[in-house]
Amino acid sequence: MLSSDEWAVVALSLKVALASVLASAPLALACAWLLARKTFPGKTLLDATVHLPLVLPPVVIGYALLVLFGKQGPIGGWLHAWFGVSFAFRWTGAALAAAVMGFPLMVRAMRLAIEAVPERLEWAARTLGASRVRVFATVTLPLAVPGIVVGVLLAFARSLGEFGATITFVSNIPGETQTLPLAIYGLTQSPGADAAILRLCAVSVALSMAALAASEWISRRLRGRGPAGNTREGIVA
Amino acid sequence: MIEVDFDTTFGGAGRVQANATVTDGRRSPARISARFTSQARVLALFGRSGSGKSTVINVVAGLVHADRGVVKVDGEILLDTARGIALPVERRGVGYVFQDGLLFPHMSVRQNLMYGATRGHRQPVRESGQGSVSFDEVVSLLGLERLLEQRAPTLSGGEKQRVAIGRALLSRPRLLLMDEPLASLDSGRRSEILRLIERVRDEFGLRIIYVSHSIGEVSRLADDVVLMNEGTAIACGSVEDVFSRPDLRPYTGRFEGGVLIEARAVRQDLAHVMTTYAFDGGELVAPGVDTPVGARVRMRIRARDVALATVRPQGLSIRNVLPGVVRAIEDRGGAIVEVHVTVGAETRPESVTTALPERELLSRITRQAMLEMNLSAGQPVFALIKAIAFDKRSMGFTA
Repeated sequence: MLSSDEWAVVALSLKVALASVLASAPLALACAWLLARKTFPGKTLLDATVHLPLVLPPVVIGYALLVLFGKQGPIGGWLHAWFGVSFAFRWTGAALAAAVMGFPLMVRAMRLAIEAVPERLEWAARTLGASRVRVFATVTLPLAVPGIVVGVLLAFARSLGEFGATITFVSNIPGETQTLPLAIYGLTQSPGADAAILRLCAVSVALSMAALAASEWISRRLRGRGPAGNTREGIVA
Repeated sequence: MIEVDFDTTFGGAGRVQANATVTDGRRSPARISARFTSQARVLALFGRSGSGKSTVINVVAGLVHADRGVVKVDGEILLDTARGIALPVERRGVGYVFQDGLLFPHMSVRQNLMYGATRGHRQPVRESGQGSVSFDEVVSLLGLERLLEQRAPTLSGGEKQRVAIGRALLSRPRLLLMDEPLASLDSGRRSEILRLIERVRDEFGLRIIYVSHSIGEVSRLADDVVLMNEGTAIACGSVEDVFSRPDLRPYTGRFEGGVLIEARAVRQDLAHVMTTYAFDGGELVAPGVDTPVGARVRMRIRARDVALATVRPQGLSIRNVLPGVVRAIEDRGGAIVEVHVTVGAETRPESVTTALPERELLSRITRQAMLEMNLSAGQPVFALIKAIAFDKRSMGFTA
């Protein structure tokens, strides 16, 4: 059905999306917790910054990434010099662009999930001698898990569709940065590729639907067991 | 010894609005200040809702910030703003039983109970020095054996509160804070949990601060009481003194007027299922023989249950007839007056040898009766109290 080139595009898209959510989830969780539970100077600024990718033109984000994370950029140059990590025109750059674009969605879902955990339950845990870290790990996190999973899956679906920032930042290099949307865009530029375009569009629809369905299924499954009814034993033991 | 002295103001940016009673729609006072010390084993914080009681124990627990103040428990400083000391909540060694239990919904009963028991750094704190509180001991005291593997959300209100008490006990606190633990229960569950709290008090020997707006609970459980009104602690003293002080009646008297006496069971009449109690104003009989002879009880005598006679009545069903003298009559101009009667001046039985002043009772009668009887201060009278006026709710054991 799909040619091997097309399979490679699908595999690259999944790899980019997976890397982007795995790398950004811990940071998103930290941001969500800060926004949900803490009051500090600059909170509004952090909130606005997190949401920026949602409202800015993707090309602006892509350009900003190019300037900041390019080989000569202040952050990119430093990362390359010290860790040998580079983003420019590599699949890691595509993952970075996808992570930035999906970040607001992930933080939003996680923040709502944390806010839904009654703060007084956390108080009860602290009066029982649990440190803040233990309270987070044993009370807040398990109770917020459904929302956190939903946030990750939403960001994953969003990553699969990321286009503007990616093409601006890392261009459209087959086998390296050419994810599904970029491949489709490339095909639309050449005549007679209608069948291939349709095939890739169908794959794209299927993947997005699967991600959304999984998110719905997981959240329903976790919520269905009562308030945060995951039955994992040994949380405290 | 519990020493508390603090001021705090609500509404500042970034401070949690922590008063648990806020949900009932009342706003808690903007400024809370409290100052009291007590040696009591059970100290009650008493006042109407919104008076700042919960805030006081939240400050003690470290859940609410105090602008200025000191909190000490048995010499250990939990908070001293002048010296920059404010122990974090988890290191204060306080157990907290919340009004709504606040069990962890994603855990089983056993996991809830063990949550605070697993920390390593806290030494067992138990006055009697018999070692740490054991899991089995707590489980059997609170009757939790059959609930252990159940999930917390499946429990009933009374069961939740029992688990919450057990969970707090197993964290081996030096001080147990209880914020209206009976408020969300029906009356049957209430007396059951109240009995359990009495047993916890007696068997685990730890200090308790008990928040309540029920005069019945306070008089049953507490030794000392702090009276809260509009964010300020206005009085602190023994339960009997505070609830008998006339100047505090506006704050305590919204609840039925009456006096609280401490008595000791001296005789049981098994044939008639009656028990005789001695107090410093004489002797009283009450139905039931479930109080062992020698046990001390606290009895509440409601003003409406006390009738008066100028001569010793004959052929009467009322069992308790106490001779006394009218000390004062409170006449606010309505249909009902309150008569203060001093009893026990000459009739003190030998079984009570303490040198306490004679006891005052409060009687609520109609003005019509007062006029017909020609009552006035200094007049000898007989105070009549039906034996069945002492029910389970108005009596409690004191340890």
